[in-house]
Amino acid sequence: MSKESKGYLDMDLLRFTTAGSVDDGKSTLIGRMLYDSKSIFEDQMEAVERASAKAGDNEVNLALLTDGLRAEREQGITIDVAYRYFATPKRKFIIADTPGHIQYTRNMVTGASTANLAIILVDARNGVVEQTKRHSFIASLLGIPHVVYCINKMDLVDYSEEAYNKVRDEIEAFGSKLQINDVHFIPVSALKGDNIVHKSENMDWYQGATLMYTLENVHISSDNNFVDCRFPVQYVVRPLTEAHHDYRGYAGRVAGGVFKEGDEVSLLPSGFKTSIKSIDTMDGKIEKAYPPMSVCLTLNDDLDLSRGDMIVKENNQPDALQDLDVMVCWMNEKPLVPNGKYAIKHTSRDARCMVKNVLYKVDINTLHRIEGDTNIGMNDIGKISIRTTKPLFVDRYSRNRISGSLILINEATNETVAAGMIV
Amino acid sequence: MNYSLNHLKELESESIFVLREVAAQFEHPVLLFSGGKDSIVMYYLARKAFWPAKVPFPLLHVDTGHNFPETIEFRDKLVNDTGARLIIAHVQDAIDKGLAFEEKGVNASRNMLQIPTLLNAIEENKFDAAMGGGRRDEEKARAKERFFSHRDEFSQWDPKNQRPELWNVFNGRKNIGEHFRVFPISNWTEMDIWQYILHENIPLPSLYFSHQRNVFERDGSILAENDFLTLKENENAELKTIRFRTIGDMTCTGAVFSEADSLEKIIEEVATTRTTERGGRSDDKRSEAAMEDRKKEGYF
Ligand SMILES: Nc1nc2c(ncn2[C@@H]2O[C@H](COP(=O)(O)OP(=O)(O)O)[C@@H](O)[C@H]2O)c(=O)[nH]1
Repeated sequence: MSKESKGYLDMDLLRFTTAGSVDDGKSTLIGRMLYDSKSIFEDQMEAVERASAKAGDNEVNLALLTDGLRAEREQGITIDVAYRYFATPKRKFIIADTPGHIQYTRNMVTGASTANLAIILVDARNGVVEQTKRHSFIASLLGIPHVVYCINKMDLVDYSEEAYNKVRDEIEAFGSKLQINDVHFIPVSALKGDNIVHKSENMDWYQGATLMYTLENVHISSDNNFVDCRFPVQYVVRPLTEAHHDYRGYAGRVAGGVFKEGDEVSLLPSGFKTSIKSIDTMDGKIEKAYPPMSVCLTLNDDLDLSRGDMIVKENNQPDALQDLDVMVCWMNEKPLVPNGKYAIKHTSRDARCMVKNVLYKVDINTLHRIEGDTNIGMNDIGKISIRTTKPLFVDRYSRNRISGSLILINEATNETVAAGMIV
Repeated sequence: MNYSLNHLKELESESIFVLREVAAQFEHPVLLFSGGKDSIVMYYLARKAFWPAKVPFPLLHVDTGHNFPETIEFRDKLVNDTGARLIIAHVQDAIDKGLAFEEKGVNASRNMLQIPTLLNAIEENKFDAAMGGGRRDEEKARAKERFFSHRDEFSQWDPKNQRPELWNVFNGRKNIGEHFRVFPISNWTEMDIWQYILHENIPLPSLYFSHQRNVFERDGSILAENDFLTLKENENAELKTIRFRTIGDMTCTGAVFSEADSLEKIIEEVATTRTTERGGRSDDKRSEAAMEDRKKEGYF
């Protein structure tokens, strides 16, 4: 086989989300990235040409490439999270495309929950607006490790360095209140293609990377937690066949740390100690397992362990808590019921909980706490305290996005009503 | 120390996680198996997910009766080699029971008839989760599909009222009579699937590889000459070198002219090709929102 066709084995995967206010150019930007990276097929292009003509547009509207369902096409807006894919020889990309409307905080939270990186668009003419703050806050709250601010529509401000610096200063001023590890700023024109895939010829003063270069090179391999060993048991594998008569394997996806064959481990909730006999996959035994690998562990002692339990290291354990403080983003029309009961899912563990207290609500435009406001409705973010029916094995969300997150479910309708981050 | 996974390993791990989640959260899951590459990869991932145990759920093939013989041959061998449990739901049975009605005309296809057949099989077997090999990159309407997609008691999909899906915490709770569609390979693209097949050496039906076949052109699609299609007067079948990018019904699966007779060549072709794989399927062309309409009714 040629070297070239093997190159794909060196590619990794970056998940990112895009946010911006309406008309900041988000759809155009995504369309431009897909188009300039040659990720658009002829029949897709033809469909967009047809749709543009139908809408009476003279030029092909790149934004249409990313518009989804019929209802939206009719209303001319994007209303939910849509996923798009493209790849360069270096990386495969998954875009969680979320709309910027005020009422759709829930969508951005959804898209942000799995993202390594967020692109936040700012119109160079308007600078920082409420939405910019809100999107930045959500990116920070959801622990997205990398944020790229694209100052868009630079063509409409004569590609001026002053205009760019002004917006950048504004962002840095309020951004200091947020916790984002890695922040980038790029002046772009999505419409004309400046600094998206190709370096702009209109902005000599900008020495930094293009958006595509940034996406291809941002360092993501340390985004996972490789320190605190957490293995939530997802499923117990019992073949009960002649060849594997006594086999008992614990299947799951590593949520943190590095597990090795022979490691001493502790089991939660029982507290029993044992060691790892093998790390199995259909391709054979492996020596180490780390996030986000899905493997099957066998242990040297025959202990009772089932879904919802966790395998950890004795000297580095998560907190086993029944009383938790959680930042929630509310995602349902029915507001949070104070003292209400909800079902809870945390890693592979199911429990029920009662809301004991609403500590405060966050004004997502100013980032101020509104103490005493216990009204948490659709798209609201607030801090609550809950008591669960059994202990959950948790880490702080800022330390581990898997063992630090949970969802609340309405037990009557079964709908997912809130995303929760343990603080 | 560099703890990183390449994109295929990460996708594999995600899919295995979803498959295990289905086995853990549902009582009667089923894996929809069409004999196409996506369902072949999905089943392969299921074998990895539960190894060394057998896959703890059956495969369901919704058989239109208009399959390529190569597909059926491949299916039966795979089932035999891996000890899978296969359930076949025949569209013909659904027609006989009056649950589905044969389309008329030259472009008649049994594609739409798979919907009532599938729904009937789900009801009869009390399946509460049906896993499909749908990928979000295939079509715009699929781009918004969740991994766990809730269906009401009429099996309808409501794109405006989907449960938010956060992190990798999947909510499979439901009321009696409702079920879920689950899409374990949502995040794979056509290219990822091919690279994975090559890397893992996964066997495929011969239809995917370049071969000689009598074909004719209709409405921009290249269709195989077969017993279920009647040629119109101006249509002529000719022997050509072709292959299929997707495998569905003989009545509507379009071929492409291709010399690609190995996985390496197919990957090269996919990399340079300028139309989506569904581009060859005449069922999608009926209208731009065709897929969305079919999905709402319960299409895979
Ligand atoms: N001049 C200029 N116009 C842009 C640029 N990016 C987007 N637009 C225009 O701004 C409008 C809104 O863009 P769109 O991508 O639909 O915004 P969205 O609502 O954020 O998705 C459209 O008319 C675009 O053509 C840009 O870089 N320069």
